Amino acid sequence: MTGPLDTLYREVVLEHHRHPRGNRPLADPHIEASGQNPSCGDDVVLQMRFEGDRIAAVGVLTHGCAISTSSGSMMAELIEGRTVGEAAALAERFREVMQGKTFPAEVDLGDLSVLEGVKQFPVRIKCALLPWLTLLDAILARRQGRPPQPLDTEGLPAGGPPMQVDLKERS
Amino acid sequence: MSHRVGNEQSLASPAAAATSAGVRTAVLSPATVRDGLARERFPLLQPAAGRPPRHYLDTAATSQKPASVLAALDDFYRYRNANVHRSLDSLAASATAAYEECRRRVAAWVNAPAVAGVVITRGATSALNLVARGLEHLLAPGDEILLTEMEHHANLVPWQMLARRRGLSLRFLTITDAGELDLAQLPHLLGARTRVVSLVHTSNVLGTINPVAEIVAAARRFGAMTVIDAAQAAGHQALDLQALGADALVFSAHKTYGPLGLGFLVARPDWLAQLEPLEGGGEMIAWVDWQQATWAEVPHRFEAGTPNIAAAAAFPAALDLLAEIGQDTIRRHEQAITALALDRLQALGGITVYGPPAADRRGGLVAFADAVVHPHDLSTILDQAGVSVRAGHHCAQPLHRRLGVPATTRASFGLYTNTDDIDALIAGIREARKVFDR
Repeated sequence: MTGPLDTLYREVVLEHHRHPRGNRPLADPHIEASGQNPSCGDDVVLQMRFEGDRIAAVGVLTHGCAISTSSGSMMAELIEGRTVGEAAALAERFREVMQGKTFPAEVDLGDLSVLEGVKQFPVRIKCALLPWLTLLDAILARRQGRPPQPLDTEGLPAGGPPMQVDLKERS
Repeated sequence: MSHRVGNEQSLASPAAAATSAGVRTAVLSPATVRDGLARERFPLLQPAAGRPPRHYLDTAATSQKPASVLAALDDFYRYRNANVHRSLDSLAASATAAYEECRRRVAAWVNAPAVAGVVITRGATSALNLVARGLEHLLAPGDEILLTEMEHHANLVPWQMLARRRGLSLRFLTITDAGELDLAQLPHLLGARTRVVSLVHTSNVLGTINPVAEIVAAARRFGAMTVIDAAQAAGHQALDLQALGADALVFSAHKTYGPLGLGFLVARPDWLAQLEPLEGGGEMIAWVDWQQATWAEVPHRFEAGTPNIAAAAAFPAALDLLAEIGQDTIRRHEQAITALALDRLQALGGITVYGPPAADRRGGLVAFADAVVHPHDLSTILDQAGVSVRAGHHCAQPLHRRLGVPATTRASFGLYTNTDDIDALIAGIREARKVFDR
């Protein structure tokens, strides 16, 4: 295999797809959010337990393609142990990357940087963003003290809905 | 629902291709199956310098267009462009003649009871909405609409909207595990309250060709109106509205080798006359005052505003091609290609095919799921190999839930599909598995 497929299906992507991190339901989650990308049948359930403002445990249960599954797996790896604000900032950074910006050098996005190859496949950007948009919506719901609404990417622009997460709250 | 069908030897045999009951026995040579029918007349399918060959396996979404249709579109805009039924000059008369010629040709093509029974719409979806909205005033709370579990959203959501407005209940003829309608359920679902039975002729996911005439006859015994969604049948097999016995039939031109933005509702003129028009505006009126208006005659009362005249002018070129090749020959070709695809997919192993196991019970499409590769990943990898398929729920979400799978990959065929296309599909699936097995 040569060409764009190489950059899309990197070994690390496939490894996350085969063995997704956080792929088990949490016993007693503080929050559970769901997102779906109906046009391709992807869906994700995100569960989190908090200790104060810190994300203590993450469950990411994805049914979907290799891109959405591996993106969710990388997300579980990246956000566990971080504060809610840090997680929101990561999600925003990743969304900006998917919308065309380059990966910020100052932020360690771990394995996530390999998903940059998705940009060459515009119809797949929604797959990569699905778990992250679900996370942003869950964080927003927590701040607003409401239950998360099921997120449906159908009809949304590729970059997802404007989430209005307040950047000042990040620390 | 996994099954194994036929073998390659029998597919190349004209005898095997002609076993379907009721099909005239013209011989379809192995070379014809190999090369596709009239493929050379479809510009997009031709290899060109700097462009890899395209294996277009998404005809169920929209068909490719023959050069004759493109030329007819060009000819209309170049030499005949004017509005219809309004101006009195010779150019407008020419445009009107072209538009009405389309109506006549469609009426003859589906054996409509009258030319005035052909309503020209924007597509099959528009036609179904026109029926569902137009019947609203005839239905009362508690009335029942009978659909099937294999409807496209276009023959489901308009009825849901109608049901919500009028307090109707929707009922569904279930499917068997073999992907066919469970006719044994029909007597339990039809009743005095059944006012409309609307069903798909050929499923866009399962490929199932439904026993439409039989279901229509059963519905009529209860006095129900009958509507046939023939979007996936038109152009793939002969259609005869009077033989089917249904009140109304819809299809779109763009899935039938014709232009985009054109479709048809075909019925008896007196049946159409009971529908309320969906849109008001120019062209659909007889007499207009400040407070009220009266409608033009059927079918013009359903054609408010300026229609897609160029598309209508060009569609007869597609019907010419279908007539030249012969609808039965096309049916046999697609059946042979479908049998080949079913066989090659099953030979791969690890593939679940949805719908009837035998190609003679199916239209020209195969939806399947691979045990390893998700449809969306498969579609991306196939695209890199020049193969166009569709991945997703194909506008049939409830059906996919019934099948217990969120998404499938669908390869769909047309008269131009050749064995190279099927080879490329199979090679692409193998390539995808290699990517995922690294």
